[in-house]
Amino acid sequence: MSFQPVKFYQTGTFTVGNRLLPDNERSVQSTVRRTNSLNSGHRACQGCGEALGARYAIDAAMEVTNGQLIAANATGCLEVFSTPYPETSWQIPWVHSLFGNTAAVATGIAAALRVKGRSETRVVAQGGDGGTTDIGFGCLSGMFERNDDVLYICYDNGGYMNTGVQRSSATPPAARTATTAAVGPTPGNPFGQGKDLPAIAMAHNIPYVATATVSELRDLEAKVRRAMEFRGARYLHILVPCPLGWGHDSSLTIRMARLAHESGIFPVFEAENGEVTGVSKIRRQVPVEEYLKPQKRYAHLFAPRPREDVIRRIQEAADRNIRRYRLLEEA
Amino acid sequence: MLKQIEGSKAVAEAVALCRPEVICAYPISPQTHIVEGLGEMVKSGELAPCEFINVESEFAAMSVAIGASAAGARAYTATASQGLLFMAEAVFNAAGMGLPIVMTVANRAIGAPINIWNDHTDSMSQRDCGWIQLFAETNQEALDLHIQAFRLAEELSLPVMVCMDGFILTHAYERVDMPTQAQVDAFLPPFQPRQVLDPQEPVSMGAMVGPEAFTEVRYLAHVKQMQALDLIPGWAAEFRQAFGRDSGGLVHAYRTEDADTVVVALGSVLGTIKDTVDALRDKGHKFGVLGITCFRPWPTVAIREALAGAKRVIVLEKAFGVGLGGIVSSNVRTTSNAADSVFTVIAGLGGRPITRDSLARVFLEVEAGTAPALTFLDLNRAAVDRALARERESRRSGPIAEALLKDIGLVTAQLR
Repeated sequence: MSFQPVKFYQTGTFTVGNRLLPDNERSVQSTVRRTNSLNSGHRACQGCGEALGARYAIDAAMEVTNGQLIAANATGCLEVFSTPYPETSWQIPWVHSLFGNTAAVATGIAAALRVKGRSETRVVAQGGDGGTTDIGFGCLSGMFERNDDVLYICYDNGGYMNTGVQRSSATPPAARTATTAAVGPTPGNPFGQGKDLPAIAMAHNIPYVATATVSELRDLEAKVRRAMEFRGARYLHILVPCPLGWGHDSSLTIRMARLAHESGIFPVFEAENGEVTGVSKIRRQVPVEEYLKPQKRYAHLFAPRPREDVIRRIQEAADRNIRRYRLLEEA
Repeated sequence: MLKQIEGSKAVAEAVALCRPEVICAYPISPQTHIVEGLGEMVKSGELAPCEFINVESEFAAMSVAIGASAAGARAYTATASQGLLFMAEAVFNAAGMGLPIVMTVANRAIGAPINIWNDHTDSMSQRDCGWIQLFAETNQEALDLHIQAFRLAEELSLPVMVCMDGFILTHAYERVDMPTQAQVDAFLPPFQPRQVLDPQEPVSMGAMVGPEAFTEVRYLAHVKQMQALDLIPGWAAEFRQAFGRDSGGLVHAYRTEDADTVVVALGSVLGTIKDTVDALRDKGHKFGVLGITCFRPWPTVAIREALAGAKRVIVLEKAFGVGLGGIVSSNVRTTSNAADSVFTVIAGLGGRPITRDSLARVFLEVEAGTAPALTFLDLNRAAVDRALARERESRRSGPIAEALLKDIGLVTAQLR
């Protein structure tokens, strides 16, 4: 039986198409194989992008490893909302050590498994953008450089949301956080700062680097599956909107992620051994205003006085991403 | 087997006999020769199965050890000085999670001013972190303590720090009796973790604990350390039977039976102190020595018993609490019945030689009742006074250390 590739232009996603897909492309969430690795009952906010991303990512990793998975977790929202003892939402062996050492802890776990000849058990490390791009960056770079057999997943919501929405090196320009207030002549986070961590990961020439968002969950799952086909250091950077920190309605999480992709703000791609091997094309580029407007962290760009100058700079950055990664579909 | 080898090499060989499964290495003097030795053994296949990981910092070294230990592997690392401070957050974390990691600390001063030589400021800074802290007097004891440390750590599910004086021990070539693999295997059973990350039986480790149970969790850490006080003497006896020598234990008493004055100290300086006390004994002065091998947990009963007959106690320490005075002496004062007669002598900071002459002088001052409660051994008072005067005279008096050294000039000739 052959299958016709399907595109659902009504929504731009596969949201209604699961049962129309070939079995191997269906979401693990729709199957009896779903492990619920991050079980229900946790304390994430309504509309939390990180909880959604983590559930899809870890369940997909569980599926491909046949349940032989150990996770190390950085301090942060994911750690706090999933576990205060005696409750835990984790149905997999899971360890939280510190904020800044998750990649190294994962390295240690991988080393222990190797020395014990248990190569079938795989290791995932996960953290937010603060735990990844800032405080955990040294350990992460060390893990990359040694090519340790770890999949590191960064759930990027653009700030320290657990401590009350402070700026991280993943906070985008102009965004208001508690430490980049929307006051003064240049409100919000400054331009010209921040780290492009997927590019930095690629510069380590590790086997696999990919970005994903929670709006394309099957793409996210596919990237986890692909990542697990490699041995060595792998990096998955998932954009996870945060209703609390971004100030958007909690029903808009998926939409915000989709707009981040379709505006060019967040390029979705994958790379092997430092070279881009695939990008998620944008069918119709949306202006960045559509992405910025529903978010209170950008409210100062629209009122009391519209800041077209700032919006233009954000648009330029998005356009640059589109050129750099060739994100627009050929006409 | 008798060998004439460097202290670091002896420790490396002893650690290898303990069959560590994951070793993380980050270079810092004076610890480097230990991990270099182990690295070579792993690389050559002599030590197998074992993963030797060159990490990017001490913080990563302890974190890799945490992950490895949590996944059920016997984990080891070594550090010193700034390295211990750089990993401090993970040091506390390993203890809090109850992971039986063994770490050598090649004791070294802490900067600023940067100083690579020996004192105990590094280990003392971590005295309340929840690790068991053992201090070696000799290279033989250093290597023996590592064998005991793995057993102690794994029995109690607590990490153990083996402290040995940097350079004085780590770089000294001395005769040691290296046990055989069979002897070590008989003394140290395979690691059976109490908690392990295992897909067959998933657990969550290191999650948050609130006020409702935090006190109890912390108290249990204390209880475990108290259990070590019960275990260590028995194991030292067992070690003596198996290996034929005294190593470890809680404390070592030397000529304390009829002593009026007992000198308490940790580490390699005990040798010099014993020599000094022998000479004083020959002249009729009733001195004794109490070496503390187990500093954490603090062996209250053993120390109280050893000091029971003393009229005076001198605590000679290679670190001090700035703004307080002695650290070990503060512990001794809570233990000794003669708390008012505890004298503190700070000595050997940043590698300053501790000579028998200087020790004898200060010991006799204490005996004569002319010593202050706190003495900095061989302190150059004139240089200190000049530095203080400079600060009074000029607001911008500059870096303290630089001006002080200009005053002193070349010092090597002054060292005896």
